[in-house]
Amino acid sequence: MSFETAYSGIGRLDRLSYRDTVIHRLDPRAKVVATMLFAVVVVSFPKYEVLSLLPFFLFPILIGALGDIPAGFIARKVVAVSPFAVFVGIFNPLFDPGVVAIAPGVSVSAGWISFASILVKFSLTISAALLLIATTSFPGICRGLRRLGIPALFVSQLLFLYRYLFVLIEEAIRVVRARDMRAFGKKGAGVRVFVRIVGTLFLRTVERAERIYGAMLARGFRGDVPSMRSEMFRPADAIFVLAAGGFFALCRFVPVPQMIGRLVGGLAG
Amino acid sequence: MSHHLLEFKDVRFRYPDGTEALKGVSFLITHGESVGIVGANGAGKSTLLLHMNGYLLPTSGSVTVGELPLRKETRPEFRRKVGVVFQNPDDQLFMPTVFDDVAFGPLNLGLPPDRVRERVNDALRQVGALALADKPPHHLSGGEKSAVAIATVISMEPDILVMDEPAASLDPKGRRSVIGLLNSFAHSKIVASHDLDLILDVCARCLVIRDGMIVADGPAPEILSDATLLAENNLELPLTLQGRAAREGTHR
Repeated sequence: MSFETAYSGIGRLDRLSYRDTVIHRLDPRAKVVATMLFAVVVVSFPKYEVLSLLPFFLFPILIGALGDIPAGFIARKVVAVSPFAVFVGIFNPLFDPGVVAIAPGVSVSAGWISFASILVKFSLTISAALLLIATTSFPGICRGLRRLGIPALFVSQLLFLYRYLFVLIEEAIRVVRARDMRAFGKKGAGVRVFVRIVGTLFLRTVERAERIYGAMLARGFRGDVPSMRSEMFRPADAIFVLAAGGFFALCRFVPVPQMIGRLVGGLAG
Repeated sequence: MSHHLLEFKDVRFRYPDGTEALKGVSFLITHGESVGIVGANGAGKSTLLLHMNGYLLPTSGSVTVGELPLRKETRPEFRRKVGVVFQNPDDQLFMPTVFDDVAFGPLNLGLPPDRVRERVNDALRQVGALALADKPPHHLSGGEKSAVAIATVISMEPDILVMDEPAASLDPKGRRSVIGLLNSFAHSKIVASHDLDLILDVCARCLVIRDGMIVADGPAPEILSDATLLAENNLELPLTLQGRAAREGTHR
C-alpha cells in the first residue's frame, strides 16, 4: 500500500507543475541555473557551519510561496528521503568528539554540529530540487538542460525516465497486487519472491523498450528528440537569476545571521 | 497513383533463433484499399506488420511501396510512406505531451516549425483530440490514447496506414469511435485484428494468415462468413453474423 501512496505523491508533484504562477512562467533555464547555483553555494560551506546556512531557507520558502506550492507537501517529501542524509551523518558525533562552545555555558561535541550541518544542507538542496520540479515540470527541465548544452543522449534518457516511470510503477503495482492476493497475508515469502518480481519487471521493461524503439524508428527517429518550443529568455528571467545569485553571494560571503545578532544585541544594549 | 501500391513478393522471414515466421507471403494492395489481416495467435501477423515499415527486413523475397523497394538504406523513405500504429498506445506515445508526440514525426522529417504546427493541429482535429494537445499521455484515458496514437502517425501524412489491433482494450464506445475514425480516412489501410466485427466494418478485403502463409484472400464479407475457414484458424464468425437469437433457439 505504501507503494501506491508513494506513487500518488509523484503524480501530485507532476500535477503541481501545471499551475500558472510567476515562478511557473519563468524560463526553465533560469530556474535550472538558479537551483544549481543554490546547491553549489550551500554545499560549499565548511562542515561545521550551521548558522550561516539558515538565511538560505529564504530561497525555497519564497519559491514555494510565489509558486503556490503547499509547504507541507514538500516538507513531507523531504522527510521521506531524509534517512539517506541521517545515515551519512549519524556517525559524526561518535568519530568527532571534540567539544565546541555554541553559547556561553553550553557546549556540544563537534560531531553533532557537523551532523546538523549535513541535515540543513540536505533539507535545503532537496527542497530546492523538489520545488524546481514542482514549478517547472520535468519535461520543461529537460528542455532547459538541452538548451544549456547538455548532450541529447543524456536528456532523452531523462525524458524517457519521466514518461515511463508512471507506466513502470503501475506495472509494479499490478504485479505486487497479484502477489498479495495469493500470499494470504504472508507477504509473499519475502526476499526470494521479491527478487523474482524485480526480474520479471526488468524483462518486461526490456521488451517494452524494444517496442518503443520500434515506434520511434517508425516515425523517423535519428538520435535527437526534437522540440519546437522556443522559449524566450526574457528580462524577468535574467533578473531572477541575478537576484538569486546576488542573494546567494551575499549569504555566502557576508555572515548575515551574526550581523543580525549584533544588530539586535546593539538595540537591546 | 502507383505510389500507393504495397506489394509483398514471396516474402520469407526467419528469426535469429531459427523460427520461420513467414514462409512465402505474396499480396498486392492498391490505392485506397482497406485490408484486414486476421489469423490465430502466432500465425505471423506481427512479423508481417513489422516488415511493412522495415523494422524487420525479409530474409528473402521483396517488399515494395510504389517503386521503392525495401532495403536497409531505403528505410527512412519507406517509413515516411507507410505509417504503422502499434498495438499498445503506451509504447506509441513516448513524448512528455500529446503535442510533442504528434510533432515528433514531422519534426524528424525536417519540416519547418509552422508547417509542423499545422500538421499537428490537422492530425489532432481529424481524430477529435485537439483539446488534449497540452496533456501528458499518462493522464489520458484508453480511448484518448488510441486516438492520439493514430494522430502521431497521420501527422506524417503517410500513403498507407497500418494498424495493429487499433481498438484492443477499449470500451465499446471508444471502439465505436475508432471504427468511425478509420472509416473517415481516405488512406489505404491495413488493419490486423482479432476483432472480426471491426474488420467487417472497416475493411472491404480480408487476408487470412496461418503458419506464415496467406491461406485466404478475398472480399471481407465473404471470408468472414466462411465458418469452416474461420474455425480452422482459431477464429469464429463475427458476432453480427452469428444470429444469436437463432442459436439460442436451438438450445431451447
